[in-house]
Amino acid sequence: MAAPELFMLSALVVGGAASLLVVTARNVVHAALFLVVALVSVAASFLWLGAEFLAWAQVLVYVGAVIVLILFGLMLTRAPIGPMAQHNENRKLAAIVAVALFALLTGLNVASFGGETIELRTTGAGQLGEVLYLQWAFPFVVLGFLLTVSLIGALVLARREEGEGPLPDPGPHEEIAAAREPAPTDATPIPGGPTPGREIGSR
Amino acid sequence: MAAIYPLTFAALLFSVGVYGVLSRRNAVLVLMSVELMIAAVVVNLVAMNEIVATQMGDPLLTGQAFALFVLGIGAAEVGVGLAIVLLLYRNRANVNVDDAELMKY
Amino acid sequence: MIAELSWLIPAVPAVSAALIFLIGKRLPRHGAEIGITAMAATLVLAIAVAAQVWRANVGVTIDPEGGGGAFLLERAVTLAPLGEDIAVQLGMRVDGLAAMMFVLVALVSLMVHIYSVGYMHGDARYTYYFGLLSLFSFSMLLLVIASDLLVLLVGWELVGVCSFLLIGFWWERKEIQDASMKAFLTTKFGDVGLVVAVVALGGATGSFAIGDILEAVEAGEVSHGLLTFALIAMILGVVGKSAQFPLHTWLPDAMAGPTPVSALIHAATMVTAGGFLVARLYPAFHESAAATGTLAVIGAITLITAGLLALVQSDVKKVLAYSTISQLGYMIAGLAFSYVAGVFHLFTHGFFKALLFLGAGSLIHAAGSNHMEAMGGLRRFMPITFWTFLLGSLALIAVPPFAGFWSKDEVLVSALDAGGYTGILVFALGGVGGLITAFYMTRVLYLVFAGQYRGHGQPHESPASMTFPMIVLAVAAVGIGWVNLPVEAVQARAFSSWVMYDLGYWVEHPVEFHPFLALMATVLALAGVLGAWAIYRTYPERDPMYHLGIVSHVLERRYYLDDLYTDLISRTAVRDLMGPAAAWTNDAVLDGVVAGAGRGAMGLGRRLYRTGDQKGLEGVVNGLGVSALWSAARVRLAQSGNVQLYAGAMFVGVVVLAVAFAVGGN
Repeated sequence: MAAPELFMLSALVVGGAASLLVVTARNVVHAALFLVVALVSVAASFLWLGAEFLAWAQVLVYVGAVIVLILFGLMLTRAPIGPMAQHNENRKLAAIVAVALFALLTGLNVASFGGETIELRTTGAGQLGEVLYLQWAFPFVVLGFLLTVSLIGALVLARREEGEGPLPDPGPHEEIAAAREPAPTDATPIPGGPTPGREIGSR
Repeated sequence: MAAIYPLTFAALLFSVGVYGVLSRRNAVLVLMSVELMIAAVVVNLVAMNEIVATQMGDPLLTGQAFALFVLGIGAAEVGVGLAIVLLLYRNRANVNVDDAELMKY
Repeated sequence: MIAELSWLIPAVPAVSAALIFLIGKRLPRHGAEIGITAMAATLVLAIAVAAQVWRANVGVTIDPEGGGGAFLLERAVTLAPLGEDIAVQLGMRVDGLAAMMFVLVALVSLMVHIYSVGYMHGDARYTYYFGLLSLFSFSMLLLVIASDLLVLLVGWELVGVCSFLLIGFWWERKEIQDASMKAFLTTKFGDVGLVVAVVALGGATGSFAIGDILEAVEAGEVSHGLLTFALIAMILGVVGKSAQFPLHTWLPDAMAGPTPVSALIHAATMVTAGGFLVARLYPAFHESAAATGTLAVIGAITLITAGLLALVQSDVKKVLAYSTISQLGYMIAGLAFSYVAGVFHLFTHGFFKALLFLGAGSLIHAAGSNHMEAMGGLRRFMPITFWTFLLGSLALIAVPPFAGFWSKDEVLVSALDAGGYTGILVFALGGVGGLITAFYMTRVLYLVFAGQYRGHGQPHESPASMTFPMIVLAVAAVGIGWVNLPVEAVQARAFSSWVMYDLGYWVEHPVEFHPFLALMATVLALAGVLGAWAIYRTYPERDPMYHLGIVSHVLERRYYLDDLYTDLISRTAVRDLMGPAAAWTNDAVLDGVVAGAGRGAMGLGRRLYRTGDQKGLEGVVNGLGVSALWSAARVRLAQSGNVQLYAGAMFVGVVVLAVAFAVGGN
């Protein structure tokens, strides 16, 4: 077995094992860290396939940005950090489906590409950039647009609505808040009644 | 190099991702599994690109360009997905996917 | 070649609609002037095109062996390729049939536009109304001009949408909303069949262009079974759009819209789209005896049941609505036997029925009510409305020499010539239908115009903007039938040659004029008139229609049976889906037996309206609803709300499909 195939096999083994741990780990932070390993081995497989630019883009975007985002997500949702059951009652169905899917995909791959070989070559960032800005310019612009839209969309979704979540501290801004929301003149709030703003977060 | 190695890698990642998407309760873990599936697709695109290039040459680098697009879309997906998860958390105080069943009969 | 400019005919109303919606409100007449100008221009173009077709088709001697020879102009731009060799084409197909429809649609639409200036005066949504009228005219003309079944389908659906919007024009009232929704959904149900037919024909012939499809069918490239299937599916669309039995129930409800809209859409143009479609694909229908037989039976059942129902209405618009359904039945039945008969009746009916509706609008405007009980004696107050309405009624009753006589005669003659069970059925029911038509129209005339005024307030003649269109259409109602005079001295059968798609075919299959038949039909019509005269002359204020408690023993027992049937059926229909089928058969059989039984028929008509129409068909609808609820209660358990279960099911499906493809592909 030649060297590139050994490298690819090692990426397969490491990446596969890490991904299995991602979906089985009982500790959510561990799962996120195994995801780092899996994505790094994906980047490594890009390198063995000669797609250098993609490999580094993968490392930067996924291992860098996405993992940090996911860790933030875990933190903000106060996921219980520590071992606990993370699976639902669909687990058996999921396992059957996944095994069947893997068998199917592998079978199709062997049937279709069993005899194919890849002549290794290296694609530099310059080459990719050239086609990207000449031949693929329009989809590239659309992608940029999509990223902008998703950024705005994520902001809109995650933004706290007025009156939602914890109320702001009364302080120097009290006057402004009072000006924005004129106090009710004839309906006094019932003491001890539910405050709509607090109810949601405190459940 | 035999083409079957990267393709098998992609198939493995994808199947494992499917298992995670179907079986995990925590929405953030579901998102992580989706990332695995996206990574599998990217691996497949790059591998196919090399197979095609070996057979007939590929001046456009179609597979790699698409892989790059998928990377970008994946990043956007994580951003929006996490925003939705945060919203879910704020409204329901947990992020269990199987608890979010308001749309049932 | 003015015909090269035919594409302007739908384009002008389209531009007009856009302009009215955009700037109509700021104009001194709030958009009406744009609509009227545009329709006038369209009418001029339509007449010019029609004249060119006329010159090309009429009076040309044709070698019977040669065939063809009729005027046909096809121009198309390819819009989008679909796969290897099928393409969607935006094109026009101008021939005699299209030219005829241009004239009909443009003239009636222009008249309705002018009429609406008076009728809709002061309405809060005046501009919106005129925009919709222009939009409708565009859609209808697009349907007519289309050279491609997909574009035709677009026009077909657009007229449906416009009809929905215009029926629900006064949407503040719940029943008007319901009526528009009912009309929309009922016709949509039929449209499913039309879509199936279009796809089947397109798939079988490899093209959606009407010309290609007809060529392929005539060359025998489409298997007979598939052709029959496609045409029967298409008839379902025709039944929905042209309000044929059993999907006719939406049209009477559609009278909730403004009356000029009823004149334009629900009498003259949109409801005739079904007949137009059959005529458009006539060579294909000609190949399938099953399809034409279905048309004949549906038309015959419709013309008699709807005629009976028209007897017992007190709302003048509903009488006209059921009359329209009945006359559409004549068209569809006529098309089963002879291209010219159906198309000619479509043409003449468009004019005189539009006239009658405009007259009814004028009456409603004056009396402030739809009900004939609140009218009476209006002849003295509204002379112009009276005379034009009388002329329209005579045309509908088919008194010679008015328009309706020539076209209805053609239907009856062609049915008799064709012979066979369906021919005899259509001929017999058509003759009896003529008697019923005469009866109910005479009843309307007496109730509305004779005797003393029974309403409140002071009725008055409508303004000139409303009477002018009625006068124009009255002229047409009198004279338009003469374009197909069977007299050699003038230009014999000019209309037939004008609209014919294949002059050779026309030479081979002429429709002869039978003086004896014409006399018989006229006598039947006069009998109906006299019958109504005998009843309504002496008691014009007390309608025996609603005092039929004392009828003969046999008829009473029949009613008892009728009640039993419908009660039983409407009860079981709710629980059992088999009931509705029996209900249809029973209603239809009973109708056939009782048809033509003079005054008894009126009673049956009333019963039919209350039970068959309101309960029997409603029972079907309710039965469908209950069975849907029943199955939904079981199926909904699959909707657990668990997204991951759904995704799992999806992936199972993916695996199964992929295995199937992988195994089946190799």
